[in-house]
Amino acid sequence: MQRGTSSLRVCARAQEGPLRLNTPGILHIITSHSRLRQVLAVGGIMDAPPLSPGGGGAAVRDAIRERPKRGRARVGDVGVAVGSWRPGFAAGGEQVHILGCEVSEEEFREGFDSHVNSRLVYHDLFRDPLNWSKTGEALPEGPLGALRAMCRRTNPGPVTIALDSLSWLLLHLPCTTLCQTLHALSHQDSCPGNSTPVEPVHVLGLLHEELHGPGPVGALSSLAQAEVTLSGAMGQASAHILYRRPRQRPTHQTQWFSILPDFSLDLQRGPPLELQRHADPHTPPVDPTTQLTFNLHLSKEEKEAKDSLTLPFQFSSEKQQALLRPGPSQATSRIFYEPDAYDDLDQEDPDDDLDV
Amino acid sequence: FSLWSGSIWRGKLTLLCDAKTDGSFLVHHFLSFYLKANCKVCFVALIQSFSHYNIVGQKLGVSLTTARERGQLVFLEGLKSSVDVFFRSQEEPHPLQFLREANTGNLQPLFEFVREALKPGDNAEAAWRCPVLLVDDLSVLLSLGVGAVAVLDFIHYCRATVCCELKGNIVTLVHDSGDAEDEENDVLLNGLSHQSHLILRAEGLATGFCRDVHGQLRILWRRPSQLTAQRDRSLTYQYKIQDKSVSFFAKGMSPAVL
Repeated sequence: MQRGTSSLRVCARAQEGPLRLNTPGILHIITSHSRLRQVLAVGGIMDAPPLSPGGGGAAVRDAIRERPKRGRARVGDVGVAVGSWRPGFAAGGEQVHILGCEVSEEEFREGFDSHVNSRLVYHDLFRDPLNWSKTGEALPEGPLGALRAMCRRTNPGPVTIALDSLSWLLLHLPCTTLCQTLHALSHQDSCPGNSTPVEPVHVLGLLHEELHGPGPVGALSSLAQAEVTLSGAMGQASAHILYRRPRQRPTHQTQWFSILPDFSLDLQRGPPLELQRHADPHTPPVDPTTQLTFNLHLSKEEKEAKDSLTLPFQFSSEKQQALLRPGPSQATSRIFYEPDAYDDLDQEDPDDDLDV
Repeated sequence: FSLWSGSIWRGKLTLLCDAKTDGSFLVHHFLSFYLKANCKVCFVALIQSFSHYNIVGQKLGVSLTTARERGQLVFLEGLKSSVDVFFRSQEEPHPLQFLREANTGNLQPLFEFVREALKPGDNAEAAWRCPVLLVDDLSVLLSLGVGAVAVLDFIHYCRATVCCELKGNIVTLVHDSGDAEDEENDVLLNGLSHQSHLILRAEGLATGFCRDVHGQLRILWRRPSQLTAQRDRSLTYQYKIQDKSVSFFAKGMSPAVL
């Protein structure tokens, strides 16, 4: 792990088959369910044995971006939450800072045990983000100031910052400002004049994809080193993980899981059974002519008669010969004209004197 | 619907949503329910007049006039008071102040009105149960020129005050535009769905209009508190609106069909 780069480590309690990915930088978690935010925090706090000897920074990525099904609105949304994520390092004590914009502090902390809650630092941007109450308690610079304040850390230890949610910030701040601030947030250890090596900063962001257009979502995902997309139905969620390493090709992985009541993840191997059942074997097409009240089929004689019929206006070779050889059977056409008193019938050919 | 009674259901935001049908029967239900449950109700009624709600309320067994007189109901009649905005001097803030502004600002005056209406009284007045904010509806605010983010901010502040501070409930109706590509409405609906604890979605039947089954109601619990084993639960019922009540039955079990 190079010094000077922010790294983001997100682990899941991998019960079967770890998803081992290094996730430096910003991890964006995009979801449309709120339990995610609670579970993210849980993960950053629990101690865990080191995952593997090979990767000091080996981490399992968890975040989930939920893509709600179009046309089904909120009924089918997944209650997805990231399972516990553990820091890869054995030394615990990593603090998790939450910039909470969407839920109140007690609602966020609900369900965590005291051990977890003691390591959560909740920055309350929920009660009065826009300074409507004018009591002076609100942060003076509003949401942007709060975000920038998180950049200035006093604690030298490793820190995880979770933004709940990026969607709220994106709706209230211009996209460019937000991207710049996020970039500064994750790269704050590269400030000049700082001789001591600063521990990396993990930044985790939660984005509700359906609230924004493709532009801002694309901008934010280009900032992120890791992106997890949640989708799926209740209880059976899938996480599509896209991880970009600095000089390598991005890796994709899809993981199916479900969330247990204590916010831990239950990772599964494949898609759940209901989805597999839909891949039916090819059913034979139904013949629509079997149940009609009239007959659409032709018998053999009828087919032969049909094939041998010549159409009246089709110019076949027989017709051509018949025209060229006027036969006696041909009825010639004649014009019978009865001149009346005023007609001037001249039997001579008027074009006789033409010299053509 | 016994799940809304009891003390566990406090501090929650309920989102009513209708698609291809009229979900206002849910608004009438919640209004009469909370009034009967002796809660203090602040009703921001932007769609219909007071007498309309009163007439329907009487069929459901509550008298809005009585409730308003004894202070249980604070009624903001949008249709009538929107005209007052223009005949007041500009220094006095009016809840519907946004109608007067050229660039629609925010809904802070409306929020101040709600907060003033639901704040607990100084004297021990009649000890109403939890305060309730009812809004009918939010989509019309978009039509009046308020941005979706401003409406979301309004509900955000209402949640912070009514749900978290006063431990009351909020019930609000949003229309789902469905196929009509209304981006602002979609942002509003999706944003509110993320914040709600319970979503009731009234939909018309997919096959069209029916005399005996007026529609389908989908109930989705989000954010289960208490961390019970149940996670997001969803139920679907079909309903028929009658003169004084609404009858619900499981799908396909309408008495007209059986």
